[in-house]
Amino acid sequence: MKDLIIQKIKERFADSVIEFSDFRNDLSVLLKKEAIHDVALFLRDDADLKCDMCKDATAIDWARRKNRFTVVYHIYSFKNNIELRLKADLDESDLNTVSLVSVWKSAEWYERETFDMYGINYVNHPDLRRIYLPEEFEYYPLRKDFPLLGIPGSLPLPKSEN
Amino acid sequence: MGLEAKLTQDGFITTTIDSVIAWARKSSVWPMPMGISCCAIEMIAAADPKYDISRFGSEVMRFSPRQSDLMIVAGTVTYKMAHVVRRIYDQMPDPKWVIAMGACTSTGGMYRSYSVVQGIDQFLPVDIYTAGCPPRPENLLNALMAIQDKISKTRARDFQDKIPSEFSK
Ligand code: SF4
Repeated sequence: MKDLIIQKIKERFADSVIEFSDFRNDLSVLLKKEAIHDVALFLRDDADLKCDMCKDATAIDWARRKNRFTVVYHIYSFKNNIELRLKADLDESDLNTVSLVSVWKSAEWYERETFDMYGINYVNHPDLRRIYLPEEFEYYPLRKDFPLLGIPGSLPLPKSEN
Repeated sequence: MGLEAKLTQDGFITTTIDSVIAWARKSSVWPMPMGISCCAIEMIAAADPKYDISRFGSEVMRFSPRQSDLMIVAGTVTYKMAHVVRRIYDQMPDPKWVIAMGACTSTGGMYRSYSVVQGIDQFLPVDIYTAGCPPRPENLLNALMAIQDKISKTRARDFQDKIPSEFSK
């Protein structure tokens, strides 16, 4: 099955794939970020693959690497019982990447969480707001340069009355 | 000798209003169960037949702050939740008491993190801290008994000059 996935993606998106990796039986595809929407659509609709579920969307902060962030989608095919990761690198200078909510509806809150925690801007997301943190919070806490105990005063406490 | 003997002999006793009020108040502390996370499970256990918090007169868990005297803050308080906790506390009528139940509420506990308030005493006046993660029900009952001790020592003049928080706005 994995070979079929690799072969199908290679056939159609030869220019967009940067690499395939298969670590401990987990297949990942690293893509150029421009291509991620097309590849996602193809994986969802292809009659053999039918990757019809997005189980998670998240990001990785590599701190000092040139392409500092990687966005990751975990997708799943009920038909083949196979899981697959789609990844794309982003540089700090351009944190825009296209949203996959139009492909998998379930990505909506996952992308909001990733925006909340890493500040990744999902273009065409229907409702890109913070999901956990207060809306007026200015930082992205899962970034490596965010201090463990936060920025003092950035999250206000209630004022005591007496 | 005892209360009954005294009453059957003389038909009256002398005492101070303060001690009568404190005596009545301390065995009927109605808790506001602020059960935010895992500690709340042990708070519930304290109310079950095995530990039976009603032995201390506190079985009436009120989910309306207007009817409670004691807030049991049981769980991890995040900065976002802190505003809710404080607002509910402000809605409770005076006099009122607070138990910080568990490591999280007392100090932030194992959540040494940007999102968790490192001790609710930063925004609430806490009367009793309870150690443990979670504290056993006995420990909560112990805290309740400490609150009762504290109540039995209160005097009306302690509250005399204090404007109730519902009027101070
Ligand atoms: S002190 Fe322990 S049991 Fe209580 S809320 Fe914190 S983590 Fe949960």
